[in-house]
Amino acid sequence: MANAVAIPASHEESEVITKPVGNHAAGNSRTCDTTGLPVCLTAQLFIRLNAVLGVVALLAGGIAALLIALTRWPAVHLLDPVWYYRLTTFHGLNMLIFWILFMEVGILYFASTTLLNSRLFSKGMAWASFVMMVAGAVLVDVTILGGKADVMMTSYVPLKAHSNFYLGIILVAVGTLIGVANFFGTLYIAKRDKTYAGSVPLVVFGATAAAIIAVVTLLHGALVMIPTWLWSMDILKEVDAGWYRLVWWGLGHQSQQVNVCAMVSVWYFLATLTTGAKPLNQAVCRGAFVLYILFINLASAHHLLVDPGVGASWKIWNTSYAMYLAVLASMIHGFTVPASVETAMRKKGHNRGLFGWLAAAPWKNPGFSAFFLSLLIFGFIGGITGVTLGTQQINILAHNTLRIPGHFHSTVVGGTSLAFMGLAYYVVPLIFKREYYARGLARVQPYLFAVGIVLMSLGMSFAGSYGVPRRHWDIEFTGAQFAPGFGSGAHVMLGLMGVGAVIAFVGLLTFILLTVAAVFFGKKIENRAMTPW
Amino acid sequence: MAVKVHPIQRLMDNPWLLLALGIIVPFLSYTLWGWIDMASMPKATLP
Repeated sequence: MANAVAIPASHEESEVITKPVGNHAAGNSRTCDTTGLPVCLTAQLFIRLNAVLGVVALLAGGIAALLIALTRWPAVHLLDPVWYYRLTTFHGLNMLIFWILFMEVGILYFASTTLLNSRLFSKGMAWASFVMMVAGAVLVDVTILGGKADVMMTSYVPLKAHSNFYLGIILVAVGTLIGVANFFGTLYIAKRDKTYAGSVPLVVFGATAAAIIAVVTLLHGALVMIPTWLWSMDILKEVDAGWYRLVWWGLGHQSQQVNVCAMVSVWYFLATLTTGAKPLNQAVCRGAFVLYILFINLASAHHLLVDPGVGASWKIWNTSYAMYLAVLASMIHGFTVPASVETAMRKKGHNRGLFGWLAAAPWKNPGFSAFFLSLLIFGFIGGITGVTLGTQQINILAHNTLRIPGHFHSTVVGGTSLAFMGLAYYVVPLIFKREYYARGLARVQPYLFAVGIVLMSLGMSFAGSYGVPRRHWDIEFTGAQFAPGFGSGAHVMLGLMGVGAVIAFVGLLTFILLTVAAVFFGKKIENRAMTPW
Repeated sequence: MAVKVHPIQRLMDNPWLLLALGIIVPFLSYTLWGWIDMASMPKATLP
């Protein structure tokens, strides 16, 4: 049969099932020459568009990151205060919102079409989503760079930005929500048309968990940003500052939980692509995703642990109890993903000693190294710092210090961004159908980026432990009558942060240049498999 | 004979139920409870 394809098995009992029937319109699908998976051509277009815009946002946010880090490094202190705060706002939105959301919409389209052998639910919705997201992101960036929104990413009221800033965020949020709805629509038609048998594959289940968390996130975004937008135009008299903080963190932190879910799904996907790994126990892995769906959003409460507006019971339940159920889920994934790789490597005969399988792993494959380093950085540095900062007693000491960015740079950058980079090393050959140039450089890139992020994150965390505040242009209060001053230890750590940031930026730039060169000028892959990494 | 599916597996196979739970649990635990806490806070008295 012409369009017979093998799709991944969803039940542990079954191996690989052959599913002959997709629901693609004639001429609107192709079979990947490398994986044998079906690719919906409409979805392929929007995966490409979202990936390109994601990388553009990554570049913009990355340049801002370097300039900010070189300002926070007291020995350099590059920018003036106006541009420091302006670019910190710009950096946060481009890196934490735009880069991640564009990539995640692309991942949702890929998971729901290719892995379920289905067409995309609606091309019109995909266009609406993409246009709104691009328009919103451009509006936000232009407003910030025009000096009309120096309010930081959190934009806590009563700090007031130009109304276009809030409108841009609303457009991005609604555009993303339409993309998520398109994903759920695709799940619906795939099940209706019986394009797969049994449960959905684990990667699709993880993407579903990410989409559910995204819905909660974006509803909070609409809830907080629409009244704030009206307030910025003087239509509403005021927005309560405490209420704003509560609901905003339902957007600000929960959006990072979407990242966690998408990143873990990418780990499972890359583990399969690079080593042939299969999840050891579907029920355990899916159970961990269910814990994310139910409990991970409650972790937003740790941002309000020093807030007087909410009570101790609310704080203790939402952080010290409920959050640990989500942490448990991360620990499960942190063990099951490497365990699946170990099993796959041992099956291939790499049984020497306790860690012979790990030594024999495909470390020269940037898809593997990026995902495994992402797992280590997220699990060890990000996880340990996150759990401690989510504890009320420690939070009181560490709140608003550089320890906080030290934590989230190891989760969002060392974890999510690095995993997404690893994914790109397969998305470009499989979806853009182009080969990478300079493959030796591509093999080194994940290590370069990972080393830089680890140094930067540790430098931030330890400087924060010395009391260095976050989001501060001049911690020495130069010229003030009573300068507090920080010891040499803090300065060494800030220097470490600066050196790490420079290395990470070189790694980031390498990734972007390699990817842009491959997408626009790479050797075409037609009627053949991609060159293996 | 139809295979008996475990209730938790049925839950995991139902994205709509997961979506509903994923909205309701954080809304009740984080958002609504937080609103109630804030609304029940007495106004500060000016010195």
